[in-house]
Amino acid sequence: MRLTKYAAAAAAFGVVLTGCSSEAGNQAEEQADNTVAVETDVEFEAGTTMAEIADAGTITIGTKYDQPGFGLLNPSGVPEGFDVEIGKLIAAQLGIEPDQIEFVETVSANRESFIQNGQVDLVIATYTINDARKELVDFAGPYYEAGQDIMVAAGNPLGIEGPDDLAGQNVCSVEGSTPAENIRTNYPEAQLTLFDVYSKCADALTNGQVDAVTTDNVILTGLVAGNPDGFELVGNPFTEEPYGIGLTLGDTEFRDFINDVLEESFEDGSWAAAWDATAGQITGTEAPEPPSVDRY
Amino acid sequence: MSTPILFDLPGPKAKARIRIGTVIGVLVVLGLLAIVLLRLDGNGQLDPARWAILFDPNSGVPQALGEALVRTLQVAVVAMVAATVLGVLLAVGRLSDHRWVRVPITTVIEFFRAIPLLVVIFALYFVLPAFGPDLSAFAALALGLTLYNMAVLAEIFRAGILSVDKGQREAAFALGMRKTQVMTQVLLPQATRRMLPVLIAQIVVLLKDTSLGFIIGYFELLRQARSLVEFLNFNFGNIYTLQIYVGAGLLYILINVLISQLAKLVEKRTRSSARAAGAAAPALPTATVSTGNNSGL
Amino acid sequence: MQFFVDNFDTLLRAFLTTLSLSLLAGVLALVLGTLLAAMRVSPILPLRGLATFYVELFRNTPLTVVFFFVIFGLPQIDTVVSFFPGAVIAVGAYTAAFVAEAIRSGINSVNPGQAEAARALGLGFGQSLREVVLPQAFRTVVPPLGSVFIAMVKNTSIAAGFSVTELSSTLPRLVNADAGALLLVLLGVVVGYMIITLPMAFAVNRLERRVAILR
Repeated sequence: MRLTKYAAAAAAFGVVLTGCSSEAGNQAEEQADNTVAVETDVEFEAGTTMAEIADAGTITIGTKYDQPGFGLLNPSGVPEGFDVEIGKLIAAQLGIEPDQIEFVETVSANRESFIQNGQVDLVIATYTINDARKELVDFAGPYYEAGQDIMVAAGNPLGIEGPDDLAGQNVCSVEGSTPAENIRTNYPEAQLTLFDVYSKCADALTNGQVDAVTTDNVILTGLVAGNPDGFELVGNPFTEEPYGIGLTLGDTEFRDFINDVLEESFEDGSWAAAWDATAGQITGTEAPEPPSVDRY
Repeated sequence: MSTPILFDLPGPKAKARIRIGTVIGVLVVLGLLAIVLLRLDGNGQLDPARWAILFDPNSGVPQALGEALVRTLQVAVVAMVAATVLGVLLAVGRLSDHRWVRVPITTVIEFFRAIPLLVVIFALYFVLPAFGPDLSAFAALALGLTLYNMAVLAEIFRAGILSVDKGQREAAFALGMRKTQVMTQVLLPQATRRMLPVLIAQIVVLLKDTSLGFIIGYFELLRQARSLVEFLNFNFGNIYTLQIYVGAGLLYILINVLISQLAKLVEKRTRSSARAAGAAAPALPTATVSTGNNSGL
Repeated sequence: MQFFVDNFDTLLRAFLTTLSLSLLAGVLALVLGTLLAAMRVSPILPLRGLATFYVELFRNTPLTVVFFFVIFGLPQIDTVVSFFPGAVIAVGAYTAAFVAEAIRSGINSVNPGQAEAARALGLGFGQSLREVVLPQAFRTVVPPLGSVFIAMVKNTSIAAGFSVTELSSTLPRLVNADAGALLLVLLGVVVGYMIITLPMAFAVNRLERRVAILR
């Protein structure tokens, strides 16, 4: 029967190729590892979120699954990146092992609703702190200061040096993100193309379907790393994007706790270690100076 | 094929023309194939090391794709079972003698057939949380698929029930059976047997529709493929994109072809038993408002 | 409510995008589908094979995968298309397979005796098709073709996942709106689709009844 012939051919093909190995397979072993020391004896005031989470033995953290260096899902189904490492640091102080953390994908547009609906305990997803969002959720941190920048095709054929040069050009960003809003409000002459994820923007730039991609410089660096011959960063950040940790509005105790954890990690080098293992691998530079936490 | 009837058996001139046409046809097909392959090769897409990633367990790719396939099948099975049960109920309801049953059910059926499945899924995932429960991507997808397919299946079952020979119904009533008994013991079994091939074809459609889950973030096959591409892109550059998408596409095609073959097998079996019962295969009816989807799209 | 009013023209523009996408893809599907149907009944083997391969391929592949390949796969063979044309091509090429099947089944449904009689009367291939077979095939072809095109209109919603601002894409964009406005937008989207599909369905029904042969 036709089907068996095709099946046999496919099987043979597969057997031949299982002999070969791919570059990806060979390098899978060499991932940089960042071990986090987990607190064993934790005690929190009854009724606080920390106590609840520590008792439950698990925490749900929303992160990105498609941001290289910050939150990128690996084939085993676990996200990797700086945001993930920060999450592990916090969970460790709650007595939770990294493999007990439940990660959930939060795309830019649904970060607030996931927090408000209780679908996640925290959101650590390249989440810029701004006043509009502070009305819906609380922010701990910042734990990193990024800046909005522009990515163009290698060689910068259109000579884009800053956001003003985007007038009349096709610029890509992600639905619901601060950079997109920024362009829409402050640079309305730019033609905004919106996708739900950055990888589509990158593909669109490769294909010439858009002229530029704009978002935070660290995210762009990750995208450039995926295609160093095809992309380049303009390198003129024109905003300040403080990344914060989103949590339920009004939960001051939890926010103070997280801020404490963050400040400690700035001091004892675990923040820098987390950076070096993840985002630092892209930029190839040393960890920058940690920001100061904003306890508003 | 009825083609030989449309024209006489080809005489010598026609045969020669056909032969020339065949040669040109073969050249055209080969030419197109060559262009595609050359361009692919020019971009280095034919390098076997790239394709190996689909089979290399160290990279995690085959496992990830396999697990995603399982998740796809999970949501498909759940939706199919639920849609079948509800579809039968709706079909029976639409054939009810009571207007207060028939009219709302008809409205429900026609409503879900008139709007895109994606809108149903979006509504369940993005709009419903504002009014009530939060649905996970799996729940939204499964529920959306169920609502949509129950309407389609309701029409399929209704066609089947209507196609059963009237004599069966009359005989059952003559024997003193009540309406429910007639439906459950006489009409439904026969209807189901007839519509089995169409039902199985609908499974193929449902499986294809699971790929809509990628748009709301459910990690079915297509979403998983995209995630793998993003990860590999970041770590190794843009060298595995096409391969992974082709791999995912082939998995879909494979599953669907297998199910279609199953449908043909079942059709052959039921046809031989149907011939014994002396019945003809029914055509799907056009509803009061025929809003498509009986064609496997 | 204010929110809905503010976003009404977004909805309107999205509706027009859906409409134009449907029309363009429909034309492509009809032309390509008819060509494929002709190829499937032609005596030239490679054409028949190619057409059969095309139809089987698209019938077993989800439309989302087709979209992926058109938008992100074609560039790998040096053919870049932007999003709206890509959507037209994806939906059109996909639907063409189903159009071809509908037309072919229509041709096959014509009683072979008709074609034989046409031959017996001395009509040529083209003439028998034009005068005898196709008019009768048309009667059978109308309902499934109608179904195919209505389903196609619904399928254009998939372009929402590929950066085409058509009707469905308005829903995830307005996720942070308040409940009432969201419901209104949803209603607007549903009505938008029904404005296109319901008249099509009625037209198909009417047409089918007009050309039906009472047996």
